[in-house]
Amino acid sequence: MAATLAQKIIARAASRDRVAHGEIVTCSVDLVMMHDLSGPRRVGPVLERLGIGVWDSEKVVLITDHLVPATDVASAGILDMTRKWAAEQGIENFYDMQGICHVVLPERGHLKPGLFVVGGDSHSTTGGAFGCFMFGIGSTEMVGVLATGEIWIKVPETILINCSNALAAGVSAKDMMLALCARLGMGGSEYQAVQFTGDAVAAMPMTERMTLTNMAAELGAQAGLIAADDTTAKYIREAGTDPGDIDRWQGDEEAEYRAVHDFDVSDLEPQVALPHSPATARPVSEVQGTAIQQAYIGACTGAKLVDLRMAAEVLKGRRVADGIRLLVAPASTRTTAAAAADGTLQILTEAGAILLPSGCGACYGLGAGVLAEGETCISSTARNFRGRMGAASSTVFLGSPYTVAAAAVTGTICDPRELLVEGKGAHG
Amino acid sequence: MFGDDIDTDALAPGLYIKGPLEELARHCLEAVDPAFASGVAAGDVVVGGHNFGLGSSREQAAQALKTLGIEAVVASSFGGIFYRNALNLGLVVVVCPAICAVRPGDILTVDARAGRIENQTQNESYDCEPLPDHLMSMIEDGGLIPHLERKLASERKIGGTT
Repeated sequence: MAATLAQKIIARAASRDRVAHGEIVTCSVDLVMMHDLSGPRRVGPVLERLGIGVWDSEKVVLITDHLVPATDVASAGILDMTRKWAAEQGIENFYDMQGICHVVLPERGHLKPGLFVVGGDSHSTTGGAFGCFMFGIGSTEMVGVLATGEIWIKVPETILINCSNALAAGVSAKDMMLALCARLGMGGSEYQAVQFTGDAVAAMPMTERMTLTNMAAELGAQAGLIAADDTTAKYIREAGTDPGDIDRWQGDEEAEYRAVHDFDVSDLEPQVALPHSPATARPVSEVQGTAIQQAYIGACTGAKLVDLRMAAEVLKGRRVADGIRLLVAPASTRTTAAAAADGTLQILTEAGAILLPSGCGACYGLGAGVLAEGETCISSTARNFRGRMGAASSTVFLGSPYTVAAAAVTGTICDPRELLVEGKGAHG
Repeated sequence: MFGDDIDTDALAPGLYIKGPLEELARHCLEAVDPAFASGVAAGDVVVGGHNFGLGSSREQAAQALKTLGIEAVVASSFGGIFYRNALNLGLVVVVCPAICAVRPGDILTVDARAGRIENQTQNESYDCEPLPDHLMSMIEDGGLIPHLERKLASERKIGGTT
């Protein structure tokens, strides 16, 4: 019987031949990802009280990214507790201050097609770019998984988004997702799986595909998915892991899909979301001229190598405008190393960008770069809820790294394509 | 009563997330209704619109409501992770498409197992999605952790007698 990719992975994890949409089944978890904010700090004391340890320490990946490096004593204490817990529980896959969990996890070869993975963070949908079923859970549910290795799931339906044709220069996966947030709404997918297909997706490097599945969270999806292809297999091999049988982890065309949305990306303009929701996105031409004080390139969504290169394309030979601060927090230490090796970092710093540590940073309002009352920021991150990046009266616009960099150069929100003289996008 | 798209940054503001739960709860929903935390009483029902609890996986969003003594949250739909978190913490969350008929201050009785909400003030009742037995028994135990505790204790008892 025909099945979606999500159904195939869930059926395998539930040790079943097939599963029906809406059915509640119990699955064995292949891999668990946790970070410093929602991880040991919250699950450790509960496991201790229950008198049990982690069911399988080899299946746990722990990453510090939210509070790093510590800026106050409370954060330092949480990080200290996290390190000690990792040692006590024998967690070998512990990445301390190496970057943001959603980027580090695939970088270090932990993801491959067909895996059933849970993460202690809502942007865990990102992992679906590698053909696995990965979703975010809270800390209490995480305790259940760590104790038993199992979790219940209501088998989601799949919404297919067929992205056709090629993106124009200066337009990126981020613009696609902002446009989809506006079109479908933040609850648009009602906790179902959202799968991206089509030649526009096939043409993307993994780091751009990750932006699609990352922001599937903003569509209200339980999971974002992209079926694996040669690009996926190559990335996984380079990360030191055998990608396995990628042909097995494809959805059937005849399977039942909840909806199929066609999305021709060829005429897509750069998009900007207004405060305070990604679903308010519109073409940049409609918000042109809005003055900003801060431009932020960071987070799991918008500071991977491909994102830094987009910013560099705009910033090459230019300077950040007077009175504007451009903050760049590369998504991982490997991102920083690669950007240093290929000259991207130099372009950014010569333009006047301030480099910040790799981590979640100001995206969620705790790290460096938070906003004062009344300030305006344009950011390459995924969310701009009221007060998320700092003071309650601050306002955050969302755009691609191209658009954020262009605003940093001109001091106002503008169409980045006007600054891309060579007319060649990051995909070129 | 709240409208659509109440997000987890409003329920559990990031600025207070490192601190104690009671402090965080005092700031619950202040971005949309500054008087909310000081105005609610134990046993109150929070009514929301579409996609209540969208956004982050931070379960302090549900914990803050529970700390304030909220009995149940009824909304036309929920953010998926918030919904799971709330149930795991023993907070009743009920999907009810007709809930928009409720007015602020109405007295509600929520029967999640039966999938029924009685509005005593307006003398109406609304159908909602019933919660399956295995989730209700977890909620009745006080959430996933007490539920696990009970399960482990009974397993140990069985283990001890053999």
